[in-house]
Formats: sequence, structure tokens, C-alpha cells
Amino acid sequence: MEYLAHVGIMAAIYCILSLSLNLVVGYCGRYSLSHAAFYGTGAYATAILTANYHTGFFASMLFGAAIAAAGALVIGLVLNRLQGEYYLLASLGFVIIMSSVFNNLNNITGGALGIAGIPPPAILDNILRSHLSVFLLAFLICVLVYALLAYITSAPFGRILRAGREDEEVVATLGYNTTLFKTVALAVSGGVAAIAGSILAAYVTYVSPSSFDINESILILVMVILGGLADLKGSLLGATILVTLPESLRFLGLPAVMADNLRQIIYGAALILMMFFRPQGFLGKYKI
Amino acid sequence: MAALETKDLTKKIFAVKAVDNLTLSLPAGNITGIIGPNGSGKSTLLNLLSGICKSDQGKIKVKGRALADVNPHRIASYGIARTFQGVRLFNQMTTIDNILLALSEKSFFRSLSRRTEKNLALRANEILRAAGLADWAYKPAGELSYGQRKLLEITRVLAAPADIILLDEPFAGLFPEIIVKVSALLKKTRADGRTVMLVEHNLKIIRELCDVVYVLDRGKLIAGGPPGETLSRPEVLAAYLGN
Repeated sequence: MEYLAHVGIMAAIYCILSLSLNLVVGYCGRYSLSHAAFYGTGAYATAILTANYHTGFFASMLFGAAIAAAGALVIGLVLNRLQGEYYLLASLGFVIIMSSVFNNLNNITGGALGIAGIPPPAILDNILRSHLSVFLLAFLICVLVYALLAYITSAPFGRILRAGREDEEVVATLGYNTTLFKTVALAVSGGVAAIAGSILAAYVTYVSPSSFDINESILILVMVILGGLADLKGSLLGATILVTLPESLRFLGLPAVMADNLRQIIYGAALILMMFFRPQGFLGKYKI
Repeated sequence: MAALETKDLTKKIFAVKAVDNLTLSLPAGNITGIIGPNGSGKSTLLNLLSGICKSDQGKIKVKGRALADVNPHRIASYGIARTFQGVRLFNQMTTIDNILLALSEKSFFRSLSRRTEKNLALRANEILRAAGLADWAYKPAGELSYGQRKLLEITRVLAAPADIILLDEPFAGLFPEIIVKVSALLKKTRADGRTVMLVEHNLKIIRELCDVVYVLDRGKLIAGGPPGETLSRPEVLAAYLGN
């Protein structure tokens, strides 16, 4: 049961990440590799505030989300001037910078060693020690994130973002400030990704830079593409598949190193197959 | 009163003056035709008026107010909407979504609310019914025929809350049946008191629809006035047919 709850927690965390990235990749049509940076910002905010300053989990989560959203707003003003591969490469640059910050800001982030001893999440002084209780919390947050994103993407806001991914110039001539819409979408996306980071930090009780590097960004992007662009249910599906499928390798009795490598191969093979047979992902509305 | 005026408007593209010291005005509530051979600067003029590109010099006034900002979304807030030479729809979105984008509130905060969605959808359906596109309302715009897509683009621009409509070759490649439909839409637009600028090659349509016509050649204005008189001037014939 604890193991299943662990898989459930990780699935919920990646569902939140995948949902948030879909707002940028699926709805705005911007292929971004910057998500690990926002994810890491949330994780470090919770790690630093709860371990060093005894702040409550939810307060640290909200703080992390606010910092990540504010950072995304600033980054968005720069990145949103770019399109296509230029945007992708610039977002890669951002995650490299943030990875370096996590690694080298020793006094604050603990450098390469990270931060240990993060308190588990607590609700009104009730510490959630069991995996099952953390899973329920992560699941609830995931449901709330889904509801929020489902609401805004089904409002005119979502329609304007989807139109912008097709022809931004025409959207602007219809009277919409496309830069503002895209930048806010990135800020919401960054803030939500930070929430996932907070859950991870409080669950694992340890954070280190290796959890928020470019590989993590690629993994989240693959989840979005696999599940489907501009479809939130697709994000849930993509994340759940890519979290649970590799877990099933454990039951094949393979050595851990081999299972790890096989997992990478599965991600890669899944992407190649999708590009051939279903470039819009399982539930997606748009082809890449 | 002029709905839109330009004064000494100039735009260079590389070394060529695509629009050269252009001074003209669009009378309010009229259809003004802009004609000229290929490369005469008609589309560049539209791009300048809609903020797609910036002028090198000169002024643009909308209802007497100078355009201070050239961002396309700001220019739309002055009540200007446009179509493009090639059909530019949101092809992967539904036909009704294309219309809803013209109808929806432009404000960011209001775009987060679904409160007006039901009423807007009813209005969009009415607009599509009037244009004869109701049967395709929930189909992707990219699945429509060329004529239907052109009609949808014109319907979308007319649905926008704008009183100055800039149309770039709206009749190009259309079947006579759709030409009649689009002509009727433009006449109704004029009857509603809105101003239309019509960039067009088809002189028959210009004669039939326009109250005023301007002729451009190599970025310069070479003639302007009522169509019957203007189109028979020797310099206009020379620009179109050669000497």
C-alpha cells in the first residue's frame, strides 16, 4: 500500500507539472524546456522556509508559487519575444542558469549537496507521515490545479491562447494584447509547477539540484506531448503513463541500473512512435 | 468627416519606397477603393494602417485623433479591423471560435470569465447563419472550402467591434455566387454607417461598390476621386495597362 501511495504521489506531482506545462506548450504553442526551473524554485522555497524558518507547508508552497510566477512573468517578457526553436533554446538557457544557481548558491540552496531534513507536510499541526496521507494531499492539490486550469482554458482566455498559437498577428489585429496573454500564461504555469516542487520537497524531505535539471524538463515535455497538446486530460494521461510504466519494470526483476536505462529508452521510444503514429498525442487537439 | 487620414506617410522596404509620401482620407460611412498594379504599395498601406509595420515618416489620424501607438492590438482599440491578402483563419479552431474571437472582450481580466460566453455563442451563431455558414459552425475552419474560408474571414472582421474595416483583396479567387454575397455584406456595412477600405484588383467591383477610389503606383498616389471619373484618367490607364 505504501508503495502504491508512493507511485500515486509521484503521479500527482507529475500530473501537476504536465498540466502546467500544457498551458505553455499546448495552448500557447511555445515549446519550453524551462519548467524544471520553476519546479525547483517551488521545491527550494519550501525546503528553505520550512527547514530553516519553520514556516508552515502551505505558506511555503504559496510563497514558492508566487516567486516562481513572478520569475516566470519576468522571463516571459524576454522569452515571449521569440518563437519556435528560438523560444525553445532560450528556455533551455534559462533552465541551465537556474540549475547553476541551485548548484552554486551554497549558502541558500546547500549547493550540490542540497537541503536535507525538510519537514513533511502538515495540516493544522497534523504531520502527514504516511505515504497515503501525502498522496491524498497531492491528489487534492492536483484536482484543484486541474479545476483552475480547466476553468481558465475554457474561458475566452484559453481560446485567445489557442488562436495565438496559430496566428499571433491576426489575434493582435483583433484587439488582443498577445504578449500579455502569453506572459500571464507562463506565470500561471510557472506558479503551478512550483506547487509540484513544494509537494516533492515536503514528501522526499530532501532537495538537490539534480532533481531539477534539463532531463526533468525534457521528461515533463514528453508527458505533455504524449498525452496531447492543449488537452488537460491528455496531460493527466501522459504523466500517469510515464510515471507508472517505468515502475512496472521493477516487477521484471531487472537490476536498478538497467531499469533506469530502460526507462530512458521507453521515454525516447514513446516519443518516436508518437511522432509517427499520433503526432497530436493521445488526446491532443494540435499536431506538433 | 474623414474616418481615417494619412499625411505624407512613407515606408521604405530595403531601398524601395513601398509607400511614398501618401496623403489620403477615407470618408466616414463610405467604401473607399484602393487600386494599383502589383507592388504599388496597397498591402503595405494596409499594414501601416493596422500596425503590422511602422512608418518611416508621416502621420495617421483616426477620426481626427493621431495614432500614437502602432501596436496592432492598440490600433484595434481605435476601431480598426482588417483582413489579409491570403486567408488567415485559425484553421484548427472551429468556425464559431473564429467568430467568437472577434466578438469577445479584449480585456485580459474579462477574458478569464465565462459569464458572457452563452450570449456570445448565440450571437456568433446568428452571424454565421446570416453568412450562410451555420452548418459549419462546429467544424474546424481549415475544413471549409476556399470560398467559405474567405467568407468566414470577412464575416469575422465584420463581427469585430470596429467602425473602420480594411479589406485586402476580399474578392480574389471567389465564385460569382460568393462575390454577390460579399458585395451584399459590404453594402450593408456601409448602410450601417461603417467605413470600408477595399484593396481590390477587380475594377468592375470597384465601380459597383466604391464611393471613392485612390490609385497607387510605385507607392505614390497618382489619382483619386469618384470611380467613374478616376478610372478613365489616362495616367490610371497607363499604370494599369502600360503606355
